[in-house]
Order: sequence, then C-alpha cells, then structure tokens
Amino acid sequence: MSVVSANEITKRFSDVAAVDGISLSVRDGEFMVLLGPSGCGKTTFLRIIAGLEAPSSGEITIDGTVVNDLPPRARGIAMVFQSYGLYPHFTIRDNIAFPLKTQGVTKAEIRSKVEWAANLLGIGHLLDRRPRQLSGGERQRVALARALVRDPMVFLLDEPLSNLDAKLRTSARNEIKLFQQQIGTTTIYVTHDQVEAMGMGDRIAVIDHGKVRQVGTPAEIYDDPADRFVATFVGSPPMNLVRWNGGHLGFRPENFLPRQMVHNGAVTDFSFCIDRTEYLGSERIVYGRLDGLEAPLEITAKLPPAHVPDEYIRPGEFHPFAVRSSQLCYFDESGKRARRH
Amino acid sequence: MVAITERLRERRSRFQFVLDRPQVLGSLFLSPAILYVLVLVGLPFLLAIYYALSAYTIYNPSYHFVGLSNFIEVVQSQTFRRTLVNTFVFTIASQFLGLILGKFGALLLLRPFAGRKIVRALIVLPWAVPIALATVAWEWMFDSLYSVINWTLEAVGLMNPANAPNWLGEPTLAMICVIIVNAWRFFPFAIVIFLAGITAVPQDVLDAATVDGAGFWRRNYQIIVPMILPIVVVGLIFGTVFTFTDLSIVYLLTQGGPVNATQVLGNLGFQIGILSGDVAHGAAISLFMLPVLFVLVILMLRFIRRREI
Repeated sequence: MSVVSANEITKRFSDVAAVDGISLSVRDGEFMVLLGPSGCGKTTFLRIIAGLEAPSSGEITIDGTVVNDLPPRARGIAMVFQSYGLYPHFTIRDNIAFPLKTQGVTKAEIRSKVEWAANLLGIGHLLDRRPRQLSGGERQRVALARALVRDPMVFLLDEPLSNLDAKLRTSARNEIKLFQQQIGTTTIYVTHDQVEAMGMGDRIAVIDHGKVRQVGTPAEIYDDPADRFVATFVGSPPMNLVRWNGGHLGFRPENFLPRQMVHNGAVTDFSFCIDRTEYLGSERIVYGRLDGLEAPLEITAKLPPAHVPDEYIRPGEFHPFAVRSSQLCYFDESGKRARRH
Repeated sequence: MVAITERLRERRSRFQFVLDRPQVLGSLFLSPAILYVLVLVGLPFLLAIYYALSAYTIYNPSYHFVGLSNFIEVVQSQTFRRTLVNTFVFTIASQFLGLILGKFGALLLLRPFAGRKIVRALIVLPWAVPIALATVAWEWMFDSLYSVINWTLEAVGLMNPANAPNWLGEPTLAMICVIIVNAWRFFPFAIVIFLAGITAVPQDVLDAATVDGAGFWRRNYQIIVPMILPIVVVGLIFGTVFTFTDLSIVYLLTQGGPVNATQVLGNLGFQIGILSGDVAHGAAISLFMLPVLFVLVILMLRFIRRREI
C-alpha cells in the first residue's frame, strides 16, 4: 500500500518549472531516496509534500487523503531540515516538546514522550542544554527526536547529513538507516550524495530538471540505468560512454578490464590508450582514450591493484581491454536506454 | 629562477614599519573618536558635576561650593517630582507604542505587495525629517482652532464642534500628544530593527515551526520574538536613552505646559539652567538622568547577556 503518492506535481517559479510533472508513490515503511544534482527540484518536491510550498498543479495524497489544502501540521508528516531548524532559545527538552505543545498534549505525556525519544537517540543527557552547546551530530539527533515525537505517518528528511564532517556522516548514515528500520516509518530522504542514496534507500528516485528519470532499487539504478543521465550521475567514476550507431554505448569503469582478465561469455574488445593513472589504495583508476572510437568524456577503468601490477599499465601505451557484452548498455539519440544494439 | 620577493633591505630606521603594527595603527584610528568623546562629552560632564555642586548662575558666576544642597532643593520641588514622573511616562509609553507600531510595520513590509520599495523608503521619513519641521506640522494638527484632526472628525460627523478636544491645552491630552509624536518619530527606527531581526531568523527554523504545528501567533511570539529579542533590546536601549534625555518635541510642541503637565527632565533643565540662568540647579536636574539611565542600560544589557543564544 502506498502511503504517499504524488500525481503529476508541477511547481513554477515565474517562468521556471522547478518541479515538472513528478508522479511517485512511496510504499508503507519504505525508505525512498530522492537523488539528484543541486537545483534539480528535489527539495522543492519534498517541501510540496510537507505543505511548505503549494504545487502549481497536481495532487499529493498521504494515507489515502488528498492533502493539497491541508496545512503542514495536519498532514501527519515530520520533517528534518538541512540545518536542522532547531529553536536556539529553547532547551533541547523544549525543542523536542514543541510539536507536542502545539497539539495540546498533556504535560505528563509530553514528558514521557520526550524522554522516550531522547533515549532512543542517545541524547537523554543533553536535554537541559541549548542547541548552540551541541555538536553537529548531536543537533542532528535532536532534530530527529523532534520529528519522532509527533508519531508521523511519514518522515521527510532534507539532506540531514550535509552539515556533518565526512567521518560522522558515515556513522550517522548507518544510524538513520537502522533507526528507520527499527521504527518502520515511511521515509522520504532528499540527497545529492549518491553514496547516501545507494547505501540507505530501499528505492531511489533519480530526479533531474524537475523530472523523475528513474525509480528503482539501488541495484536497478546502478546496473540498469534508464537513460544516459542516470548512467552518468550514479557511479564514481561515472559510466563510460562512447558514440555508437548515432547513440551511445555505456559500460561501468569496474567492468572495463584488461582483456586477459575477462574470461567466459561474449566479450566486446577495445584498444585502450592510457593517459594517466591514479592509485587510490583499494583501486587504481586509469584514464585514457579508446582507439577509433569517439567519446564525450575521458574513458576510465577501475582496476583492482592486486591483480594489475603497476608495470603493466604505463601512460602512452595501448592495451587490449574488454567488457562482457552483457554489461554494455545502449542509449539511443534521445539518451533513452534501448534494449538492443 | 627569478626571485619574486624584494630583497630584504637594510633597515633604515626602527620606525620604518611602525604603521604595520596593529597597536600603533589601531590607536591612530581610534584617537579622533576618543578625543571627541573626551572633549565634547567628558569635559561638559565634569563641568556639569561642578556646576551642580556650586551656586553658579549667569548673574553671579562664582564657583562657590554648596555641596549637595542644589540636589536637595531640586528633589523637594513639586515641579521636579512631577517632571520625573512625566519623563518616565513619556519614555515608556512612547517606546511601547513605537515598538508595537514597528513590529506590525515590519511584518507588513515583509509581505510582498506592489509599491513595497516606495513604502519602505517613505516609512523612514518621520525619522529623517528634521524634528522641528515635523513638530510644526503636528502642532497644526493639534491646534486649538485649526486642528486638522478635529476638522476631519467634524466633517465625518463623528464629533460635535461644541466639545472639540483642546489637544495641547488639556493636561492628559497634551501628554498623549507628545507621546504620539515621539512614537511616530521612533517607529521607523523600530521597523528597521525588527526587519533586520526577522530577516535574520533562518528559514529552516520558521519552516520547522510551521511543520511542528505553530500557527501565526505561536510562530511570532514563541519563536520569532524570543529569537530577535537581543537586537530589539539594543534598539530599545537606544530609544530609551534618546527619549529620556530628549527635549525637542516637548520644547517645540508644549513648552512643558499646560502647567508642567508635559514637562520632562531635559526641558526643565534647559528652562531653569539656560533660559532662567540658574545654571547650578539646571545642572543638578540634568544629572538626575544619569543614575536612572545607568541602571536602565545595565539591566537591559544584563538581560541580553542572559538571553544570548
């Protein structure tokens, strides 16, 4: 059953369509990630679901009710903002209690709920402090706790990890994912970080220029991109593209290997001219060109350093490389994925 | 390789780089301001203390030391006590009115509407127009015979000409008039303060409050106002100090009348000390403002410190 569904949502700011006809349905208990580059309309779309923006057209349904005309507080949602939006003049306790106070919940119940949420997130000892006395990670937990006490039908998270440093981000990512599995609340999570999207999402909706380009599990998005945008946006380095029959042929850098490492099955051969290499410890990225083929961007190969010794690849050399034919994707002129090539 | 740095020259004198030292440059830049305060504020202040402790009048300019007797005489005077109360009423009421007008003005100006830029520019006028000019206009509006306000009320049929209020002639009305004029003069400043404060509240916080279920009033009085309180209090300190020491509106509009009903400390000090030439008592009256303002400012600053977020 879908908890949130959007039907042909558009949002125009004067002449620009920030959201250009998005239809999406999010299932009960699902962790849905909206992934896209900056300015693609994903945050605007989330704010439309929250009720902070009114759509120019289209319909939002939450738990079977059309909520277009309902204010945010009546939609059964809770939201965590990019910079958390904590109330600086309140203690942490009052911050978490605020959504309950606005609903006129009794004092005893507020107390027990605040403590329950704070303990669940491990911030019980911080309740009498103020937000400015907390670290970024702690603030983020307070924002989550404040969202949690409302017992929402849907959690909306707008890039909640972008203000954390890289190390903290990894652990916070796991915590949010675990936390979501524990409470089982439907979650819509906006991010521009594909690692977050791949690691956390049950499903990912890739958005570009206000349109959904593909919705699918992380594996589907990665292995089976619906178009050239998804193929090049997801993956680091992105999928290699070469011109082919008026369209493009794509293959992932980690599938592009020296010929002798590709054994069984149908294989497509290339002659790879190496420009430079980068050693990154767990992998070696090789940049270069393909002999006789035109490519819009540099071709990259991601090689396991243990299997490809340094002496084997040197700048300026040509090497036979290959891709398993099953791992090739073909995109037609419009950029759409075509099954046959 | 080409050397791109200058070769270290021989030091000609130890003052060659003296302006590169922050202490020297800082003192140099600060000195005009410090000089200004010392000469034009500090010196007159010491002089005022000296006058207040002497029997100095312009008719008998002798520095005869009389101790605190000037202060005792001033406090015993009925006029002075009334003036002190008036000054508090005048200050508090006009600041309060100005703040309310400022808050609503700021909220209105934050909403987009056609001609907002023009209104924003015009709203600063009461503050920018010379106070003498503005007060003359107000005087005309409050005039006993030609009052525009009375004329309008009569024309609309809301008032009988027989019982038209004598705005500046009746003690309570006169006080209300000077308060209104002062609030009118202060409210653009309050608008600017509120605008600066409200626009500095992060959008995320406002959105969070909206999602958390706060309506217009709760968002305003539980989130926005507490968050901008420090900056509002700074504005209030300014307004209070200026109003408490101000004499221009009272001097121009009522001269403290009728029968001292609108007399304020600044004007009384001016009348006694300068116009009547009793410099010693005038100085004593003016110095009364100092401890009051001192306590007030300390209280407000302590409040800000406590509320700092």
